[in-house]
Amino acid sequence: MDFDAVLLSRLQFAFVVTFHIIFPSFTIGIAAWLATIEGMRLATGNPIYRRVFDLWLKIFAVSFGMGVVTGIVMAFQFGTNWSAMSEKMGPIQGPLLAYESFTAFLLEATFLGVMLIGRDRVPPLFYWFACCMVALGTMASSFWILCNNSWMQVPLGHQFVDGKLIPADWWAITTGPIVRLRWPHMLLGAFLTTGMSVIATGAWYRLRDVHRAESRVMLHWGLALVAVLIPIQLLIGHFTGDYVHKYQPAKFAAIEARWKTQQPASEVLLAIPDPAQQRNLFAIEIPYLGSFIASGTWDSREVGLESFPEKDRPPVVIPFFTFRIMVGMGLIMLAISWFGLFLWWRRSLEVTRWFLWISFLAFPTGFVAVIAGWYTAEVGRQPWIVYGLMRTSEAITPSLTAEVALFSLICYAVVYVTVFSFGAYYIYKLLREGPRDRDRPSESATPSRPMAFADGRPGE
Amino acid sequence: MDPNTLAMFWAGIIALSILIYVVLDGYDLGVGILFGTTKDEDYRDHMIASVAPFWDGNETWLVVVGASLFGAFPVVYSVFLSAFYLPVLLLLFGLIFRGVAFEFRDRSENNRQLWDWGFFLGSLVVAFVQGAAVGAMIRGIPVENGQFSGGPFLWVAPFPIFCGIGLVLGYCLLGASWLVLKSDGDLRSWAYKRIPWLVLGVVVVLIVAMATTIDIRTRIEQTIFTRAWAFVFPVIGALALLGVVVAARKQRDGWPFPLSALFFLMAFLTLAEMFWPYMIPYSITVTNAAAPAQSLQFMFYAGIVVLPVIIVYSAVVYWVFRGKMRGTYS
Ligand code: HDD
Ligand code: HEM
Ligand code: HEM
Repeated sequence: MDFDAVLLSRLQFAFVVTFHIIFPSFTIGIAAWLATIEGMRLATGNPIYRRVFDLWLKIFAVSFGMGVVTGIVMAFQFGTNWSAMSEKMGPIQGPLLAYESFTAFLLEATFLGVMLIGRDRVPPLFYWFACCMVALGTMASSFWILCNNSWMQVPLGHQFVDGKLIPADWWAITTGPIVRLRWPHMLLGAFLTTGMSVIATGAWYRLRDVHRAESRVMLHWGLALVAVLIPIQLLIGHFTGDYVHKYQPAKFAAIEARWKTQQPASEVLLAIPDPAQQRNLFAIEIPYLGSFIASGTWDSREVGLESFPEKDRPPVVIPFFTFRIMVGMGLIMLAISWFGLFLWWRRSLEVTRWFLWISFLAFPTGFVAVIAGWYTAEVGRQPWIVYGLMRTSEAITPSLTAEVALFSLICYAVVYVTVFSFGAYYIYKLLREGPRDRDRPSESATPSRPMAFADGRPGE
Repeated sequence: MDPNTLAMFWAGIIALSILIYVVLDGYDLGVGILFGTTKDEDYRDHMIASVAPFWDGNETWLVVVGASLFGAFPVVYSVFLSAFYLPVLLLLFGLIFRGVAFEFRDRSENNRQLWDWGFFLGSLVVAFVQGAAVGAMIRGIPVENGQFSGGPFLWVAPFPIFCGIGLVLGYCLLGASWLVLKSDGDLRSWAYKRIPWLVLGVVVVLIVAMATTIDIRTRIEQTIFTRAWAFVFPVIGALALLGVVVAARKQRDGWPFPLSALFFLMAFLTLAEMFWPYMIPYSITVTNAAAPAQSLQFMFYAGIVVLPVIIVYSAVVYWVFRGKMRGTYS
């Protein structure tokens, strides 16, 4: 492997985007959860909802802040490291990204401020409305990003005039068959991430025997939400796999570690793919199942990597494992949420300590699944940056040297790790402390200082 | 809409956003730099408080500029960001450190020093890098086949460095004028004392930069002399600076800030008129950088709906926090 500017830029992009996605996948869910719980409070008048709301609002403020800072870095990555792509694909990617920024900006400029400090200054219904708008805003923002990325996965709705890319059909680009699957898959991923975190927090308080009432609300809501959403997610995941099978057969073969074309095809459950020899070591396989998963019949012919020219083959090891990690996390969520509901029904949820421990330890499952899913999609897309139109190696900034790329990669690593460990530590402290009794937002908070709000210190 | 009109519409939106950004983020960056020049904790707290409600909104204009450039003029976006790879890296780190410093400095018992330095250095770096980039643009950016073809240190040359220093001083001037507007008591007199010196600094750096770089001078003269009316802008700019000094002498709190902003407006127009019709001097023009009409048309709605809402909303925020500040935040 050659540590040239391309590889280093890929590593850099992977690093900064992995850091970034941690925050959106959390905030999209929390925003929706906050809107829900505030709605419940309005409907029932139960004060417990208010206390839960206040706690998660603080966590939302900190995560949102970090999502914004890391997101700004992302917006510049395309131009600094992939300038050839930005220039050629800009007519389609640019407007989509611009829409994302404008939506996010609009939302921040208007409703976030009300949500963070406006509680006492606006009527309750309007406050709830603001919460809903913030939730909608985060979803809209993710929609534009997913449009952009889905277009890179399966370009459509464009044409070339004199070698220049021209958008021909914005409807196809923004509502095509791929976005329609991948956006819900991502949204549900975000909801599940938050759901698992809420469950884990509830279990943690229960285990420490603090905040009993709040922990019950969190456990019940979290479990019910995850239990309902996870089957839908698995189904949509399956349809997503269908699109990959249809439009990106090489990625599909890589995910399945299918080196040779087979008929009927078997399914590799687990193995250690060996790219050098193009075979799988220690493979656990089920005959016929591969055909069934891919095509719904027991004897279809499924292409293997051998049918693609060497230069068009994606890496196998990463998509193979990340896909299995994602599915594995999904199955863990399924098990936890359904068993949790069963315990709830038996009225022994809060006393089954081993189950609470497992739920607590499962807090990262959502994050892991989301990141693993993205790695499957992005690494499996290689060697293309825009599938079938432009190779990753052609997309690189021509003037970028390996030394400079290495330098920037190291800098990002150092800065992110130092700055964001403080942020993560801060979220941990907020969660540890838990809901407080009399929680008045401090006057020091402004829409522009969301984290000061999280502070909640009596600094007025 | 006709493609050329659309391109002009977007060029106008972007120019307006850059201008708003420079004036607004300019003053809060300036306050951040001045912050590093005093050790007085009370001053420091008041300085932070004077920009706390606004800085984040100010900064977002930068994102608008970036995203609109990518959408409307992808060539410019890609050439600019690759030409300034290292400065952009520094800029982003500066923004990160500055942004978190607002939150972390009050909270940390042991690392306060660290975040104070982060706030000062972050502001300084951001200001310097922006000035150096403008300087490097005036010198010209080599482009081949729509891609930047120079080296990573294009901006490390006397002229861009002078421009960087000039912008640092200019932002400090905006910052000091802002403090005069927003504070009273000791901090206000502290800021007043600095205004004339900052004006002097800006003027000296400008003159030195022009004098020491002959090739730039001829280039500037070429453009300016061919458009005689263009002299209007530098002249008004100079008058504005004079006005700032006079206002500082007479201690009219309300005047230095608008006059410094006027100076920046004039400097911006002078530059714009030097560059016109280039977007990347002297190789890419506005019309040949524009994205296809289908892209510009699609984005049009974002520009026409979102921007006015944001402008109105920002105005409301400034209105809510108008007048001298009362106490510190935190
Ligand atoms: C599925 C969701 C998702 C994904 C895959 C990404 N983002 Fe993101 N991004 C969000 C969801 C999001 C968000 C939820 O909308 C954020 C997080 C917190 C926030 O303020 O908005 C955000 C913030 C955010 C911001 C700050 C906007 C602001 O000023 O508020 C920018 C510029 C980007 N993102 C850009 C990107 C780019 C260039 C990405 C890809 C390479 C990317 N994001 C991936
Ligand atoms: C049986 C379960 C699942 C299946 C079959 C499945 C299928 C897939 C497939 C095939 C991809 C790649 C799409 C592409 O290459 O574009 C993908 C991506 C992804 N998955 Fe899953 N998935 C499952 C469960 C989950 C779970 C539980 C989560 C999160 C909680 C999740 C989150 C994601 C994310 C965030 C992506 C990247 C975005 C995208 O490409 O849509 N998945 N999934
Ligand atoms: C937030 C979730 C995402 C994650 C975790 C993710 C992950 C990755 C990874 C691991 C790579 C490196 C792949 C490789 O080089 O083998 C990559 C590359 C890349 N991704 Fe993503 N990605 C995400 C979202 C996006 C989105 C939304 C876009 C576009 C809108 C995007 C555009 C790119 C580009 C331009 C590259 C660099 C070129 C390349 O290697 O293909 N990514 N991403």
